[in-house]
Amino acid sequence: MTPQTALHGVVLLPLLSAAILLLWRGVPKALVTLLGVGSVTAAALLTAALGAQWLNDGAPLAVTQVLWNWVQLESFTPRIALTFDGLSLTMLGVITGVGALIHAYASGYMRDEPRYRQFFAYMNLFVAMMLVLVLADNLLLLYLGWEGVGLCSYLLIGFYNEDPANDAAARKAFITTRVGDTAFAIGLFLIYRELHTIDIAVILDAAPRVWAGDSLMPTIVALLLLGGAVGKSAQLPLQAWLPDAMAGPTPVSALIHAATMVTAGVYLIARLHGIYLLAPGALAVVGWIGALTLLLAGGAALAQNDIKRVLAYSTMSQIGYMFLALGCGAWGAAIFHLMTHAFFKALLFLASGSVILACHHEQDIFKMGGLRRKLPLAFASFVVGGAALAALPIVTAGFWSKEAILSAAWGGGHRLWWLMGTACAFLTGLYTFRLIFIVFFGGQKLHAHDEDTHRMRVPLGVLMLLSLGGALITQPLHGVLPEFLHEPGSHGPELIAVAAGLAGIALAWFWYGQGAVAAPADTPLRRWARSGWGFDALYDALLVRPLYALARINRADIIDRMYGALVLGLLGAHRSVLRLQTGQLRWYAAGVALGAVVLLGASQWA
Amino acid sequence: MGLSPLLLPALVLIPFVGGLLAWYSERLSLTWPRWIGLLSMAATCAIALWIWGHAEVPGIVPDSRAPQWILEYKLSWIPRWGVSFHFGIDGLGLLMVLLTGVLGVLSVACSWREIQQYVGFFHLNLLWNLAGVMGVFMALDLFLFFVLWEVMLVPMYFLIALWGHSSTAGAKRGHSRVYAATKFFIFTQSAGLLMLVAMLALVWLHQQATGQWSFNYHDLLYTPLTHAQEYALMLAFFIAFAVKLPVVPLHPWLPDAHSQAPTAGSVDLAGILLKTGAYGLLRFVLPLFPHASREFAPIAIGLGVFGILYGAKLALVQTDIKRLVAYTSVSHMGFVLLGIYAGSTIALEGALLLMLAHGLATGGLFILCGELYERLHTRELGQMGGLARRAPHYATAVMFFALASLGLPGLGNFVGEFLVLVGSFPVRPWATMLAALGLILAAVYSLYIVQKVLHGPPADARPVEDLTARERLMIGAIIVSLLVLGLFPQPVLDLARGPLTQIGAWYAHGVPLP
Repeated sequence: MTPQTALHGVVLLPLLSAAILLLWRGVPKALVTLLGVGSVTAAALLTAALGAQWLNDGAPLAVTQVLWNWVQLESFTPRIALTFDGLSLTMLGVITGVGALIHAYASGYMRDEPRYRQFFAYMNLFVAMMLVLVLADNLLLLYLGWEGVGLCSYLLIGFYNEDPANDAAARKAFITTRVGDTAFAIGLFLIYRELHTIDIAVILDAAPRVWAGDSLMPTIVALLLLGGAVGKSAQLPLQAWLPDAMAGPTPVSALIHAATMVTAGVYLIARLHGIYLLAPGALAVVGWIGALTLLLAGGAALAQNDIKRVLAYSTMSQIGYMFLALGCGAWGAAIFHLMTHAFFKALLFLASGSVILACHHEQDIFKMGGLRRKLPLAFASFVVGGAALAALPIVTAGFWSKEAILSAAWGGGHRLWWLMGTACAFLTGLYTFRLIFIVFFGGQKLHAHDEDTHRMRVPLGVLMLLSLGGALITQPLHGVLPEFLHEPGSHGPELIAVAAGLAGIALAWFWYGQGAVAAPADTPLRRWARSGWGFDALYDALLVRPLYALARINRADIIDRMYGALVLGLLGAHRSVLRLQTGQLRWYAAGVALGAVVLLGASQWA
Repeated sequence: MGLSPLLLPALVLIPFVGGLLAWYSERLSLTWPRWIGLLSMAATCAIALWIWGHAEVPGIVPDSRAPQWILEYKLSWIPRWGVSFHFGIDGLGLLMVLLTGVLGVLSVACSWREIQQYVGFFHLNLLWNLAGVMGVFMALDLFLFFVLWEVMLVPMYFLIALWGHSSTAGAKRGHSRVYAATKFFIFTQSAGLLMLVAMLALVWLHQQATGQWSFNYHDLLYTPLTHAQEYALMLAFFIAFAVKLPVVPLHPWLPDAHSQAPTAGSVDLAGILLKTGAYGLLRFVLPLFPHASREFAPIAIGLGVFGILYGAKLALVQTDIKRLVAYTSVSHMGFVLLGIYAGSTIALEGALLLMLAHGLATGGLFILCGELYERLHTRELGQMGGLARRAPHYATAVMFFALASLGLPGLGNFVGEFLVLVGSFPVRPWATMLAALGLILAAVYSLYIVQKVLHGPPADARPVEDLTARERLMIGAIIVSLLVLGLFPQPVLDLARGPLTQIGAWYAHGVPLP
């Protein structure tokens, strides 16, 4: 069993399980759990086995398993083929590993859901599509996975679709990302026109030769691909869908909207780093998008009252760090943070799921309070996850990955980005511990009851360990991503970043150390920040309403009306001619006489 | 083993005779016409597949002088004018014939319960219409082509006028099925007239040049034309086919006809009849008038892109589900027009694949609309909702076809649209980018259908019957076909590659003299 022969098994396991669960409506519930959780766990084990064997080869090379030729037309020859290398192995590990833990948790969290089967069918399908995305050896197959995860995200955000608001959130997510995907597709057309291939390895090989000395074309391509990446990863300017996506069940938020799908944009840029290296301008745009998003999202997170929306903005902000790292050319740091973020953000989301379940689906943090005694495991998870998110030095995984990003920004000479990242480290500490203190400290405001089962507790425990020690996992990225080289600087900036995070935590303690009695008064600034800085209203006014207004004006199809006018005109002419037929002889006689006169006159004229 | 050329007239005669039998057998029992219809169309499918299985598909000969046919059948008809029963089939025609057969089977099957009046006469019209379409996809004699073109239209008029229903939206405006049928007839008939005139002019010009009367495609391909003659004739043929496709602004017959037609009629219209327009462009307009077509391409592509966006935008605000789907067809056919006039092999293959996938997916959607009407007795989106809970199988099917229509990768429509765009981009980058915006709008209207029909609170508490076994079989077959087209499109692409490459080469460089 080698990656060359067994790689498709990783995809096939969750895919088959999804197919069975979708088609077999009467499947017993125990079997749903077995298939749903088991398939992803088996995929994780298979990944581990394949990875171990592949790493043992010494200097492992990328391996491709070709399943079949998808389309073969002239030089347009995308295959259904999977590629296994250090980067996809890292992603595979995150998707199947964290995915299996979330699936196990979900089997407890969703235990009373009447549509349990459907839920796991969609979740499994999501994992399969995500695996296709990271294993694809060409951009068309990657696009298949890319749209596939978007579909599952849509289905799962709108899982409780009796409520039109949830359906609206789901459609918003799908359509917003579709805007980015269309840019991605156009980038793909351009790549094919320029390089006559869409095979990723061949693109990376050919791009430097074809585009030698030309930075315009790679810049256009890179920016179009970036369009797809910002849509999927909820970065400016296509970020507004993510907070609404929290309408889905909490394990969905953990899996799709924290650990895996939203990091697909980071993966895409890292995978195609060769194009970005040829387009320094586009790479700078990537960094700026990250730097701006992390600050805006960090600020918005401070003003949220909904426990899941705090985490959603936090996710947006952390992915901003990854984009910042990509912008610096620190590809490895971006993927490193992608992995540790998957650990601690999944932990935080799952723990928030336990809190929400215990509080009878209350999500407003100001209605909670003092939960640390009632929910010790959730509290511990929040503290560990929150510490990792706030990059508590040395003991948390989040510290090491964030430190790698900030030192890359400093060492790469991007001082302004470093400053923005450090400012956000302060914000991160503040909003994270604001959340924790309000929820778990102070007086109890509602009757909470621990609803966790063992299947929920074990994943929390494992994720806690990973959030602390996950930084010890080395990522086999040699040979896939170029090393980021910069002279080791002083420890000054590092210490400042650490101090910023700690200062945020301290300020949170100062403000909310005793919990909160009630939600703070609504100021215009707070409202503005809570709305995610008004992007929804902006897009609504600029895009959505004009589009629909335009469509509504023409509801009756003006072109159809023009034919209608033609018909009416003909009918009118017909009627007026008809009116001449009066049946009165003198009118006809007069007509004949008049006609004769006119004809005579005409003949004389000539 | 050689194939008998008689298979080609058989493809036309089986539905034709089947129609007569169905009409007559109504006296015996109401189920006889249905079974006769089903079996005749199944027989045409079987013949088409048999031809595919036994065909020696000619290799790609881009500079080949004469068209290559898998099978050719010729029988003299009016020798004085050079008219004959001349059928020929190549990869392109065979795929269209197969699509006609498959959708024919589905049209009969979806009328099983819906049509209860004049059952025999209904099947006569349906089968004669299908016979006409079969012939159109194979005719190599322009006179024969025109005759079959008419054979295909008249029964469709009756299908809409006699068995159609009046939509609530239409009723408000005083529109009825007769209005829709008449509108359809006038549009297509005037277009047909234009085509007839152009056809006669072409034949006359050919006679002037060679001294020989001929309606034969092979002869007319090499008619020497002046620039003005070629452009005028091209325009007449283009308009005739553009009404069928339809190209905005010649589309207004379509929403009325689709929404008022009975289910089988809508399936037939959207799935097959629209494709005769695209087929006509590929088979006649590009090869007969390559230079003028190339000159005309910017306009055609502009109309195609405009149609994509215009159709999608109108779909966004429809409240009648069948009208909505009808406008999405306008949008999708814009992609086909773009692909045809981009002219590269990839774009042409994409256009073909999109035609097949659109035929199946939209056919499926119309079948589901019909079933919904049988159950809820309304087509107003406002009166639906919550079907995901009330009829889960039905909901899955609607969701699937909505996803196909928005171009989800893995399904046939995606491969078609994507190949059109990839193939058109090098030729017309700006038009392609505008066309790609249609992908966003497609997501908007498709998910709008899903939300209105399936999600949200149910409009009322009445139980809704879920898909019956017959319906599940039909829908399941379409779903599998779309998946196969989406994941394993290569056999289809291979079959059509020869003729499409040739058409593309003629379009690019003109038809070389034999």
